[in-house]
Amino acid sequence: MEVQFELNGKTVRTEVEAGALLLDVLRELGCYSVKCGCETTNCGLCTVWVDGTPRLSCSILAAAIQGKAVTTLEGLQEEAARFGAYLAAEGAEQCGYCSPGFIMNVLAMERELCASGHCPDREEIREYLAGNLCRCTGYAGQMRAVEKYLRERRG
Amino acid sequence: MKKVNQAIPKIDAKALVTGKPVYTDDLAPKDCLIVKVLRSPHAHALIKNIDYSRAMKVPGMTAVFTYEDCPKERFTMAGQTYPEASPYDRLILDQRVRFVGDAVAIVAGETKEAVDRAMKMIKVEYEVLTPLLDFRKAKDNDILVHPEENWRSLCDVGADNKRNLCASGKDEGGDVDQVLSECRYVVDQTYHTQANQQTMMETFRTYCYMDVYGRLNVVSSTQVTFHARRILSNALGIPKSKIRVIKPRIGGGFGAKQTVVSEVYPAFVTWKTGRPSKIVFTREESQTASSPRHEMEVHVRVGADESGRIRAIDVYTLSNTGAFGEHGPTTVGLSGHKSIPLYGKTDAFRFRYDVVYTNVMSSGAYRGYGATQGIFAVESAVNELAEQMHMDPVRLRELNMVREGQVMPAYYGETAQSCALDRCMQRAKELIGWDEKYPSRDMGNGKVRGVGVAMAMQGSGISNVDTASVAMKVNDDGFYSLMVGASDMGTGCDTILAQMAADCMDCEMEDIIVSGVDTDSSPYDTGSYASSTTYVTGMAVVKTCEKLKEKICLKGAEYLGCSREDVEFDGKRVWSPKDGKEISLKEIGNRVMCANEEALMASEAHYSPTSPPPFMVGMAEVEVDLETGKVTPVNYAAVVDCGTVINPSLARVQTEGGLVQGIGMALYEDIVYSDKGQNFSNSFMQYKIPTRMDTGEIRVEFESSYEPTGPFGAKSIGEIVINTPSPALAAAVANATGVHIRELPITAEKVYMGMKHSS
Repeated sequence: MEVQFELNGKTVRTEVEAGALLLDVLRELGCYSVKCGCETTNCGLCTVWVDGTPRLSCSILAAAIQGKAVTTLEGLQEEAARFGAYLAAEGAEQCGYCSPGFIMNVLAMERELCASGHCPDREEIREYLAGNLCRCTGYAGQMRAVEKYLRERRG
Repeated sequence: MKKVNQAIPKIDAKALVTGKPVYTDDLAPKDCLIVKVLRSPHAHALIKNIDYSRAMKVPGMTAVFTYEDCPKERFTMAGQTYPEASPYDRLILDQRVRFVGDAVAIVAGETKEAVDRAMKMIKVEYEVLTPLLDFRKAKDNDILVHPEENWRSLCDVGADNKRNLCASGKDEGGDVDQVLSECRYVVDQTYHTQANQQTMMETFRTYCYMDVYGRLNVVSSTQVTFHARRILSNALGIPKSKIRVIKPRIGGGFGAKQTVVSEVYPAFVTWKTGRPSKIVFTREESQTASSPRHEMEVHVRVGADESGRIRAIDVYTLSNTGAFGEHGPTTVGLSGHKSIPLYGKTDAFRFRYDVVYTNVMSSGAYRGYGATQGIFAVESAVNELAEQMHMDPVRLRELNMVREGQVMPAYYGETAQSCALDRCMQRAKELIGWDEKYPSRDMGNGKVRGVGVAMAMQGSGISNVDTASVAMKVNDDGFYSLMVGASDMGTGCDTILAQMAADCMDCEMEDIIVSGVDTDSSPYDTGSYASSTTYVTGMAVVKTCEKLKEKICLKGAEYLGCSREDVEFDGKRVWSPKDGKEISLKEIGNRVMCANEEALMASEAHYSPTSPPPFMVGMAEVEVDLETGKVTPVNYAAVVDCGTVINPSLARVQTEGGLVQGIGMALYEDIVYSDKGQNFSNSFMQYKIPTRMDTGEIRVEFESSYEPTGPFGAKSIGEIVINTPSPALAAAVANATGVHIRELPITAEKVYMGMKHSS
């Protein structure tokens, strides 16, 4: 079947199998930042935004994306590089494989929790990002990076 | 400015954080065949017949291969220096299947859908055999996991396939039984660690293609690029010269990718069909048919006299290597050789071990590599000894810990030339507030907080084995190419090796480009494992730079028309202090590209006759719910002596990451089998690694010693960091509840049942 949706601001029209997952279709469309880590919605690596909300692309049928707007890290290169610099300063990207899904969720958190001048505390940050697994860093360096980024972004 | 000991971001960071396509599956050709492996539903069986005629009728199917198509020479998938200690006990496909998940057939087709459909249509007839699932009964059992006549052990490791023995051996000094009989206090206990999965976020994956010269090119997520070439040569029965292996960016390894888990399947398909092909392991395959930590049962006897001197340690380790022997003979050694030497005043030690085959998934290399298991046992026993003596376990360690300058009889007689273990202990105490918190505090709400301590050591490379070579050349305009064979798996070795080179050459990071590993062009390196890269490859960088500097000076002197003795190199220019004449490196770099017969390039190799241990202390604080037994990690303080810290942020993150993996091992992670050998822990639904909600607060500091044999005084950091959480957390739980958990993981059920039993 054919689906039409907005991918990183551009309209795409593509042929998909009825059972195809959004994750696989996005990779076929060249969005290689979208990774698969577990197939069971546990790891958060495949996080993308659907109409601005972070979602696991391994648990969405591509057919269900008709008419929606999908954002991947390919569409957020500047923001990714900006936050990514904080992550790299801590050495907390390490292997980098979980970084795209993690950064998608960090940027979504910034939009959602920091909208009205609020600065989330550690517990809020942990809770928001709980679904993003990382095996390299033990999370502490990621937390340092998020806190510094939010602090400095807010002056 | 100096680059060593600076928190420089990784040189590949920007590509990683912006999600660039740099990993194996991102790079695979779009038209390559999809390869999958049909796996055994039985823990032990003989294949009687495989009928894949219907499967081949599925549109888009290309090939199905069975054991009848595969070479009959056995090999090992363990990434180790030849001759490998791991037995040659594998075939690509074998008629005998040895665990649930063992490979039965290789299936290749144009699309994933076609292959999935075809897999369901392959009919396999098995003669189901009784599996051997209890590793305590494996030695000399009537059931043999490897009865075959062409099983081979290349090294003298005490292996005997007719006894289910992958290895066995003994090391001792003094009369341990006699000394223990003289000890006032003796702990005699058995500890059990489970198999654990590394669960790197990128599962095993490989793609292959034939190149213009008719050679097999293999791009793989591996820690052992050069070993992979040899292993594939052995497996396929083709010359090494016909194989090229390339390592792109790696999504984590932790030892898992020190075994060639996925490579043989697409390599075989591409070699047979001439078509490019790829395999991407599902998470389920990575959980059930991979290379986890060896399950070990460790019997410890440790004795002390009235004064608190630990006089003897006796360790017997039974290790479960599973269906194949990858890393079996070598991991077990660390369970004694990297636990017993933590104590420097013993009169006697003994270390004995057996490594046995069973019908569960093969074990492999996982960060810590046996030291983790042995240190859980010995450090737990020492904590129990302190309790028996009514002595603070920190005090007992201060009395007995190995000190700088001491000879370590149980560590191959090596001397601890650099050791800040005493300072690590002192600082860890301050960080956690040991004196205020030991042994426990009742929080008044049905919860008790306890603290626990453990020490650890590891090695830095494999002494007299690990070999690293490095090449470096001057390009036009004077920038350098640094070529290394060590396999950066996300840990940042490309960066830290460039930091060392920048200091040696007195240049900026931007002046050095680092090439990833390609067996066709990179200098040889054993690979990134055994905590070797910083220490062994780092020294090769230092030696190479020294030689290159000398060549630059010679060339500069020639161009200046003076003698070598008259010139110096300051990173930017070669100049003569006598008369002020100078020539820039840029000019030298450009001039050697015209009418020159001396390549401005150097290459040196390095190995070390010693493996200097990094040391560390970990202290855990946990909260135990007395109603349910639930254990919550609250604080973890870790202080590490890895010698000079080459990159503080990368070393810190290594430490934090290793600690959390260790917390996972201690509290959550377990590979569970049914009584038929089926693996229940086949996804992240069942196998729970820590999330960011499950770790508590972690604090890491460094107390540096200076290792005289290491580059810039450095030792290793990669593995040691996983070793303290299990014994420290178990001790914290014991101090909170009085319950000693000697079998990991420390679940609420075990703690609750322990409390119930003791009350």
